[in-house]
Amino acid sequence: MTLEVALFHRFGGFTLEAGFEAPAGVTALFGRSGSGKSTVINAVAGLLRPERGRIAVEGQVVLDSAAGRMVPAHLRRMGYVFQDGRLFPHLTVRQNLLYGRWFAPKGPGVPFERIVDLLGIGALLGRRPGGLSGGEKQRVAIGRAILSNPRLLLMDEPLAALDEARKAEILPYLERLRDELSLPILYVSHSVAEVARLATTVVLLDSGRVVAAGPVGEVLADPGVAPAMGLREAGAVITARMAAQEADGLSRLDHAGGAIYLPRVAAPVGAALRLRILARDVMLAVERPTGLSALNILAGVVEEVRAGEGPGALVRVRVGEEALLARITQRSARALELAPGRAVFAVLKAVSVAQADVGGPSAGAVRDFPASDGIV
Amino acid sequence: MPEVLTAEEWQAVALSLRVSFWATLLSLPLGIFVAYALARWEFWGRQVLNGLVHLPLILPPVVTGYLLLLTFGRRGYVGQFLDQWFGIVLAFRWTGAALAAAVMAFPLMVRAIRLAIEAVDPKLEQAAGTLGASRGWVFLTVTLPLILPGIVAGAILAFAKAMGEFGATITFVSNIPGQTQTLPSAIYAFLQVPGGEAQAFRLVLVAIVVAMGALLLSEWVSRAVARRIAGG
Repeated sequence: MTLEVALFHRFGGFTLEAGFEAPAGVTALFGRSGSGKSTVINAVAGLLRPERGRIAVEGQVVLDSAAGRMVPAHLRRMGYVFQDGRLFPHLTVRQNLLYGRWFAPKGPGVPFERIVDLLGIGALLGRRPGGLSGGEKQRVAIGRAILSNPRLLLMDEPLAALDEARKAEILPYLERLRDELSLPILYVSHSVAEVARLATTVVLLDSGRVVAAGPVGEVLADPGVAPAMGLREAGAVITARMAAQEADGLSRLDHAGGAIYLPRVAAPVGAALRLRILARDVMLAVERPTGLSALNILAGVVEEVRAGEGPGALVRVRVGEEALLARITQRSARALELAPGRAVFAVLKAVSVAQADVGGPSAGAVRDFPASDGIV
Repeated sequence: MPEVLTAEEWQAVALSLRVSFWATLLSLPLGIFVAYALARWEFWGRQVLNGLVHLPLILPPVVTGYLLLLTFGRRGYVGQFLDQWFGIVLAFRWTGAALAAAVMAFPLMVRAIRLAIEAVDPKLEQAAGTLGASRGWVFLTVTLPLILPGIVAGAILAFAKAMGEFGATITFVSNIPGQTQTLPSAIYAFLQVPGGEAQAFRLVLVAIVVAMGALLLSEWVSRAVARRIAGG
């Protein structure tokens, strides 16, 4: 599918003028609060009529202000997962889940049992929303939206109202949905960690404008974009393949830039794992470092050096097909004569891996590995 | 076993029940509609409608009854029209008593239902819309079930008010035994006759029992519904 969005909307001194295309997969609409994310998703859902705009899903126009066309929300078939769940309190969980079925066109949807199983809500079916925990409510809300057989799933910060433990509980389910259903998702978030973990495409909004859009690996490794995300959280996402379980308890992952060793990751050989590497955890060297405790050293080529406002600089390093982002000082950048085309070695101080699709959600899916091989 | 109520007293009680029942039942759809309009819609004349609905609550009931007589009496515009085209006569009939009771009870009914509608989170209705429900379906499957306690409370309140309605009724349809003599009218009539206190007192007891019964019933219903919604 592709979702095409072009919007112009003004309210209370704020102007939103945003256009983007979302391919299949999870498209994260990312930005600070007040950047216009919710306005965009509500316009897509049909809950808000923008001043001007055009929205099409798979070529089908649901909004075209120039032609005076606006399909009402209930005919758009956009499953919407709200931040606050919004389950119907007078209905049981089962009735909530089946609510959209009533109105959905007859046809092959996702089977009820499959969704119940995927979201682990089988034990809740007979209960009413009033007695559910926050995480359970949100899982039911996700199931309800999917079972309405939508063309597109909209999620407006579905985890924002939950604490860290509940977030960790739901993220694996979202990953399973992404990987097992072919349902495209538009995911609104202001959390880089969520975006890095879930998104295939990122659309970055700032003050009502799209400042960057593209595959998650490219956008997150863009030195020009990183400041908008917050420097502490800036960092790239790369994908590595599980190669072997070593005898000393480490797992070896293969990547175009070199081998990556992590404390035992429970994944089958050949599995693709998404690794997130924060810019502040990457050191750069112009020669392959020796006599260093760091295990994970990837070879790459500098693509871009961007000086920040302070003493820092962000460097994008091409590693195979992918890119890493390193945050170093400008002084080091000068000393190492870093410029586009220079071959470098990236020393990874910490790598975090989301292995949800591996161990299953019940097994406490997120495992972060801070300083997997010791701080250098 | 001695008769609890004489035939005449029983007639008044039965008439009051009938009048209140129909007054409540027939005004309920309009009451829900008006309450919804007042709670949710922005339209020109909203305050006027609100005032109009509440007027019987603050006007002297005699005035309301007189206005009804002017409008729905045989010579009133609406009364003439109803008589000529449908053969419906309201003045001095039990149907007129039902109309008077409905008008007097309407503000109470609308208030209760309106409060319930205002307590419904519009976000839930929005969510139902994204799941494919049109406005009508949203109302039937989400709004209506959620305001059911308010509707029941409003209906019971209206019923109790209709049972006790006196001023507008006696002005509009008079006090004809077997025709328009409702429970309060009968109590009033007995009190006008020397030695009628005993009869009046028995009807007073009936009035108390009906009123208490209505109150308890409404409490019980709203609790049962609240439990159903809160229960895990």
